[in-house]
Amino acid sequence: MTEQPQVPPAQFQSYYGRPILKVTRWREPHLPAYLFLGELSGATAVLGALAAATGRPRLARAGRLFAATAAYAGAGFLTAELGRPERFANMLRVAKPTSPMSMGSWILAAHSGLVTAAAASEVTGRLGRTGAVAGAAAALTGPLLATYPGVLLANTAVPAWHSGYRELPLLFAGGALTSAGAAGLAAVALGSSPAESGPAQRLALVGAAVESVAGFGLEHGLGVAGEPYREGDGGRLLRAARAMTLTGAVAAVAARRSRTAAATAAALLVGGGLCAKFAVLRAGVNSAADPKYVLATQAGQATGPAGRS
Amino acid sequence: MTSSANRLYGRLDDVSGDAGYRAHPQRVGFFTDTSVCIGCKACEVACKEWNGLPEPGPGDLALLGMSYDNTGALGADSWRHVAFVEQEVPASIGPLVAGPDGSLTLNLGQDGAGQDGAGQDGAGQDGAGQDGAGQDAAGSGSSATATRWLMSSDVCKHCTHAACLDVCPTGALVRTEFGTVIVQPDVCNGCAYCVSACPFGVIDRREDDGRAWKCTMCYDRLRGGLEPACAKACPTDSIQFGPLDELRATAQARLAELHEAGVSQARLYGADADDGIGGAGAFFLLLDRPEVYGLPPDPVVTTRDLPAMWRWAGLAAGVVAAGVAVAFTGRRR
Repeated sequence: MTEQPQVPPAQFQSYYGRPILKVTRWREPHLPAYLFLGELSGATAVLGALAAATGRPRLARAGRLFAATAAYAGAGFLTAELGRPERFANMLRVAKPTSPMSMGSWILAAHSGLVTAAAASEVTGRLGRTGAVAGAAAALTGPLLATYPGVLLANTAVPAWHSGYRELPLLFAGGALTSAGAAGLAAVALGSSPAESGPAQRLALVGAAVESVAGFGLEHGLGVAGEPYREGDGGRLLRAARAMTLTGAVAAVAARRSRTAAATAAALLVGGGLCAKFAVLRAGVNSAADPKYVLATQAGQATGPAGRS
Repeated sequence: MTSSANRLYGRLDDVSGDAGYRAHPQRVGFFTDTSVCIGCKACEVACKEWNGLPEPGPGDLALLGMSYDNTGALGADSWRHVAFVEQEVPASIGPLVAGPDGSLTLNLGQDGAGQDGAGQDGAGQDGAGQDGAGQDAAGSGSSATATRWLMSSDVCKHCTHAACLDVCPTGALVRTEFGTVIVQPDVCNGCAYCVSACPFGVIDRREDDGRAWKCTMCYDRLRGGLEPACAKACPTDSIQFGPLDELRATAQARLAELHEAGVSQARLYGADADDGIGGAGAFFLLLDRPEVYGLPPDPVVTTRDLPAMWRWAGLAAGVVAAGVAVAFTGRRR
């Protein structure tokens, strides 16, 4: 008879395998869509302001219109996600720094007002000075709108989100830059001269680099809590996102010569950005649903076999 | 800002005062002594009755098929949940037998050696560091096992640092004058942030209603000078209600009594004001590791890391602004 190991394989204990945490009520496509649209609105607001300041009227116009449209679409998804959408205004009942959703609501409210003013001025051709000031101010609210959701997700008990509090805002910053690049490339594809595609190309390249580094950090920098970014549907979506984003960045380089390349690059960058947001939601859901992630990320497991699985 | 650390994390002795109540009653809480819980679920029923909780969603009255627990978990419609664990343990720590005076004695299994084994396990009596029953079974070298039942009535912990309250964007979740945490249903807009923030998986959104619900520690009864319905209904005094300081002292005495009786696995959970949530307003005496009951072993309020999170988001916002600015530098085209 062959020798049997004295100690059975380490197994963590749980209550009949049931989740310790509640699996988030945030759902698809609302949350990922809101995250993406917030990035898009935030970064295109900066894009519009800088394009205006450097004498690129077409790019400025595209940035302002994208910023306003995305802000309203994002607010729509956010409201639709509420259990009581008619009470959306309660979000502005208090201002709480401990609640990233409260801070985000105020950021979104301020940003929406500014980009609305800038876009309205752009479309109507009136109050140009007011529109320019609003557009410039939106360059300050935009980056906050794009990256605060990193705190929104991290300030939870969800292991994959909480552990990723350094990486998530950077992932969203990268997504913001690529989405602004996509907006600029879409403007090229729809009529701007391909010769004006320089800023959009560089946005795509810088954004893809930031997004890839942050994604790599989520996958490999969080220990067991990073497993949902490597395995399962969360892992597959994150790898697909990276493939699309990097391909899109390469295609963006060719956009100076071809409207088709610009359109392809824009589509790939949007797809990659959206896909990354779905990946983050799935990873969070998966890490909350399996008690092993809670046990592995809590100090109590150091005395037992919980974290070894 | 010396106070900011304590508002987000760490010890906080006057939780109601910190929330802005100048004059307020003593902080109250629950001490759930699971060593005398008989799993009768009177607490679940009393809670449902008093608070008028609806039956859970369609299909949720089904049998779960895992144990005598068919409630499964705390949620929007279940504010008390009696966990029921059936486990194989070494005969040496086999079933506990309660005496008529509430004391516990051990069923010593097949051989007297079990008593020594149980006593020696008590060397590390701090609880959290002890090996679980399953590990003892693997390491003891004895193959004799017994079956035991563990029962524990779970409830909202009414944390000193309550993540649900901290993340609530509308101010619907508030601290009461009693130091408990409640949802104001007329304010909640159902954003569900609290659902993901709670480290115990307690609060949840009622989907047909759209709002978040959880245990109020019977705020209405407290205001009327009554104890909460679950504690009132508990036939064995497993659920004890009272001023938190007194309950903590009671629990320490009970723990010492159990260790004295050789119940080395007994440990308190949530009773330490210096733990990751600043201590729970509802704490427990458990007979095995917390995770066996579906509880997180060492929960930490998420706001401990909040200042660092905001710093990283600020840095990332800078990356966005700088990234766009970089895109506009270089050759004009």
